[in-house]
Amino acid sequence: MSKSKNNALIEVQDLKVHFPVSVGNIFKKKIGYIKAVDGVSFFIKQGETLGLVGESGSGKTTTGNAVLQLESPTGGKIFFEGEDITAIAPKEIRKLRRRMQMIFQDPFSSLDPRMKVTDIIGEPIIVHHMAKNRAEYRDQTGELLKVVGLDPSMGSRYPHEFSGGQRQRIGVARALAVRPSFIVCDEPVSALDVSIQAQIINLLEDLQGKFNLTYLFIAHDLSVVRHISDRIAVMYLGELVEIASRLELYHNPLHPYTRALLSAVPIPNPTVEARREHIILKGEASSSLHPSQGCRFHPRCESAVKDCSTLKPEMKEVSPGHFVACNLS
Amino acid sequence: MPPLLEVKNLQTYFFGDQGTVKAVDGVYFNVWEGETLGLVGESGCGKSVSALSILRLIPNPPGEIVGGEIFFEGRDLLKMSEEEIRNVRGNRIAMIFQEPMTSLNPVLTIGRQIAEPMEVHRNERLEDALEKAKELLGKVQIAAADSRVRDYPHQFSGGMRQRAMIAMGLSCNPRLIIADEPTTALDVTVQAQLLELLKKLTRDFHMALIIITHNLGVVARYADRVNVMYAGKIVEKGSAHDIYEDPRHPYTIGLMASVPQLDQDEKKKLVPIQGQPPNLANVPDGCAFHPRCDYAVDRCRKETPQLVSVGATHECACWFDVKK
Repeated sequence: MSKSKNNALIEVQDLKVHFPVSVGNIFKKKIGYIKAVDGVSFFIKQGETLGLVGESGSGKTTTGNAVLQLESPTGGKIFFEGEDITAIAPKEIRKLRRRMQMIFQDPFSSLDPRMKVTDIIGEPIIVHHMAKNRAEYRDQTGELLKVVGLDPSMGSRYPHEFSGGQRQRIGVARALAVRPSFIVCDEPVSALDVSIQAQIINLLEDLQGKFNLTYLFIAHDLSVVRHISDRIAVMYLGELVEIASRLELYHNPLHPYTRALLSAVPIPNPTVEARREHIILKGEASSSLHPSQGCRFHPRCESAVKDCSTLKPEMKEVSPGHFVACNLS
Repeated sequence: MPPLLEVKNLQTYFFGDQGTVKAVDGVYFNVWEGETLGLVGESGCGKSVSALSILRLIPNPPGEIVGGEIFFEGRDLLKMSEEEIRNVRGNRIAMIFQEPMTSLNPVLTIGRQIAEPMEVHRNERLEDALEKAKELLGKVQIAAADSRVRDYPHQFSGGMRQRAMIAMGLSCNPRLIIADEPTTALDVTVQAQLLELLKKLTRDFHMALIIITHNLGVVARYADRVNVMYAGKIVEKGSAHDIYEDPRHPYTIGLMASVPQLDQDEKKKLVPIQGQPPNLANVPDGCAFHPRCDYAVDRCRKETPQLVSVGATHECACWFDVKK
């Protein structure tokens, strides 16, 4: 069995998640596979935030789910604290979930409307037998509400009595209940109003310092990802195209897709905007059912050469910590 | 030259069981020929209702335009007969909606839907209108427009549907296009394509454009002038440079400080606006922003500030001079 290197908390090696696509109601003839994640490798160090950006359908959520074993990988390995968790028994997975948690995108549908807030955030405590008695359970849930900036007395209310931002705080409290070391944040702020987003981003940053958390932060909004992440990984149609530190990625993007993505994100400053180069990509991403041969980005790439349609680019480390998968670099 | 569109003291209320929601409460703004106006604010601030009011598309009941005037090409849209306003919709003023999935008819071909406004407003024969629909699809950069014109919406991707919506909007050569969150449901690279296209087309045809969005970046990139809305009122308006480089209203200042900027290298902490936007059925007295405002004084709780000039092209509705 291969072992994890560079003492990362999480390491993903050549992860593949394919979903079969079938037609017909009775015979379910398989017509192919959606390669939602197709050979993704990265690591996340203890206490670090890795941002994962990409457009809809690029496979970022599936990657997050696979890391948490919510989706069984078709191929590849996932290491948690150096231990291979892809081959682990179903019984062990439950124990593992005490260490890794998730914060979901939609604070409206991810909370059970019939449960009181205390019960929502307390459920993981019961499942994992983390409280000895009622009093301890009450203390823990009350403390969790305080940690995320809610009043412990709010625990007796139902989710519909809360605003979007407050609900997301409940979602954060639920994830923290089992005192995990690793949290996958899947678009945690994209359903919130702009003035509320900052509250949740700040909360996530504060909690990270307080509990020494490690985040995989998945979002499509590059400004948010760049704000919160130490390093950023860019995904396109199931593959990683570039990984670099937040500074390096912005100042020295090497993959043409990263460059286009950066340029497509408007900066709220008209003077800066007027000076910026606006790269407008051609077309839209093809489907991951029939991805292009060679480099998956080549049909939309400005700099594509002949080789790009046949030659699949390998991920290369071009400078320390800066990885890019492009035939031209 | 008078403005192309002049909205005066617009009031649109919704009468519900829980009380009256003053979605738009005394809004004034102008749109000049050929310019792009950005209308920004958070969800529920009344920006979409303002736009729908212009075309009198407010569902009644429960909604009603209870006051104000909207002058377009010299005539008050609110005083027009049903037939006259129908003649304006899609003809002189076109609207592009947020959801290209739900605003196209799934059982009609794309071509047929683009042709419809031309049949209705220009009395064109269907064949001629379909021919023009092809041209328009080409103009919005849809490849193989000749065959695509016979496709149904489900055969189009999200970005292409929104292009088709733009083609439909352009079909009668309107003077004003209102784009209500035109790219919110789309990916950023597609968003950039579409906004660039919209900007280019409105410039080529010398149309005015109102972009309604919650994204401060989109407005900074595309708008000439900006109106910031909060709780049914415009709290600050000015040129894009005024608003971004010299914001005066505490809400505008708060918004700017609360969004992460892509070009920020050092990890600065975001400064969120405390609390949340008010329920419009129960707007606080005085300035609606006062419960969330760091500068609020006694007067803010009692009296509602009006827009006053704070620069050549810049107006702000606040009792407090933030500059001091």
